[in-house]
Amino acid sequence: MTVATTETQAPLKGFVGEVLGALGSAVTEVHQCGDRRGIARIDPARTVEVAGKMLAMEGSRLGTCTGIDVRDGIDVLYHWCFEPAGVVVTLKALAARPELAIDSIANVVLAGNWIEREMHDLLGATFRNHPDMRRLILDDSWPEGVYPLRKDFDQVADRPPLPPNMSPPDVGAEERRAEP
Amino acid sequence: MSRRTVINIGPYHPLQEEAEFFQLYVEGETVVDVDVRISYNHRGIEKIDESKTFDQVPFVVERVCGICSASHPLAYVQAVEEIAQVEVPERALYLRTIVNELERLHSHMLWVGLAGHFLGYNTVFMWAWKYREPVMDILEIATGSRVTYANCKIGGVRRDMTDEQLKEIGRVCGELVGPLEMLTKAVLDDPVLHARLKNVGILTPEAAKAYGALGPTARGSGLPIDVRRDDPYAAYDRVDWDVVTAPGGDVFGKAVVRLLECFEAIKIIKQCAKDMPPGEIDAKVEEIPPGEGVGHVEAPRGETLHYVRSDGSNRPVRHKIRAPSFNNIPTFKASCIGLQIPDVAITLASVDPCYSCTERMCAVVDADTHKPMYTFADLVRLSQLKTEKLLKGSHRPFPPGGKP
Repeated sequence: MTVATTETQAPLKGFVGEVLGALGSAVTEVHQCGDRRGIARIDPARTVEVAGKMLAMEGSRLGTCTGIDVRDGIDVLYHWCFEPAGVVVTLKALAARPELAIDSIANVVLAGNWIEREMHDLLGATFRNHPDMRRLILDDSWPEGVYPLRKDFDQVADRPPLPPNMSPPDVGAEERRAEP
Repeated sequence: MSRRTVINIGPYHPLQEEAEFFQLYVEGETVVDVDVRISYNHRGIEKIDESKTFDQVPFVVERVCGICSASHPLAYVQAVEEIAQVEVPERALYLRTIVNELERLHSHMLWVGLAGHFLGYNTVFMWAWKYREPVMDILEIATGSRVTYANCKIGGVRRDMTDEQLKEIGRVCGELVGPLEMLTKAVLDDPVLHARLKNVGILTPEAAKAYGALGPTARGSGLPIDVRRDDPYAAYDRVDWDVVTAPGGDVFGKAVVRLLECFEAIKIIKQCAKDMPPGEIDAKVEEIPPGEGVGHVEAPRGETLHYVRSDGSNRPVRHKIRAPSFNNIPTFKASCIGLQIPDVAITLASVDPCYSCTERMCAVVDADTHKPMYTFADLVRLSQLKTEKLLKGSHRPFPPGGKP
């Protein structure tokens, strides 16, 4: 289920190289270092320190984060955009099984607040020290411990029952009424 | 010490066109905190995309939003083109630019109308929506549809535009300049609107950066960020245009940015229609290799960011979609606190929040027979007839020689 990426150490060059170089030993692997895109893996214990450094850089902003269910846990990808350079640097940190926990960056970067709540809802990753870990995406009636964006969640077979105050939609009712 | 009260706006409220839930914590008339609940319309599109092939996904993601239905597929195909390293033909880049700028034009005019409506200035609402209609019509002429254009594909676009269509697009855009100038003056020179919008809902540049604000919300705070200029895609680096910013960060600044961006959009569309290069409209894409790509596009509300990961099969392993409102809505924490309650409504509207509205429909049923007046097939037929009429020119927006 994991992606067969070529995990090679790409040489640091250009603007992306400067950004990744400034993070020092927090960067453990560099997968891609192009003119406008960079992808690197960072030490999952140092996400807060890295987020602080990235936000302090000129023209940076947190675009968003992506959570991916992979074999070893939940891969959390931080997409940092730089203007006016037009660069997107993606930093990956693994929230390893079985805890699936990683330090929250929401106290340092306000833009990380909602997206960490979303990843918690949909993938079940836990963000330590998050200031406001309430549900954002899922309804309050959705059962605990069911994470719809996990790879082992089937859209049809694993759909939880509707809450008692809701009735299922009447599929095909309009067509039936239309027939003479 | 005054008592703290909670005022609920939503989830369904006549003020707003979509389901969203704001809780204003107020002391007297002053807002001291705001809490937002979203996701009443979550449809799980990221999950659905994992079960679709790379070619099918553009048609799914254009249904994320009925207004940004050109930006989402474009961001997605750019992410995939980055993985597969596809060289997109020049003509396709220009065609993409035209559709995306027409989308920006109609979206900004829609917002100006709604903002007028929120303020009780319904004349602006009527004007803005009246002049938005010709833009929707030329989108229908060019792509066959008012929304969900089904125009983008990996490697290029699906539908070419004829010389007559390009001429028609240029003509209608040219004739829009006059009414838009009138509308801009009506908004920006109105002393009542100045009093109502200036220094209201201020978002400082620092807060805009911290919350990751995007598009007109950031540019209205003086942050000159625009993906079209910073990371040029489509044909934006081949035409002449300017990034519009406004200082202040108040609601007035955001209105100025949106109104002036309409003129930039017209400028871009006219140049693209005039300089359209000949040639192919799509490149052949054999397969999508393993890898990951980021595509971002400046949608009307700000940057739309798509991340795609491929494992070499015919479906994406992961497709992340981040619409601009996801970053813009949390800025209310910075802009609404300290405001009086009546000012909050327009501040909430000022980021042009968009919650993926297009999943709903209503059926009109005959009271006596209980049969629907129109079935789905009837509606499709009606829509096709309208497009045919537009293409024949019998129902042209801004008929030549006539008054608009």
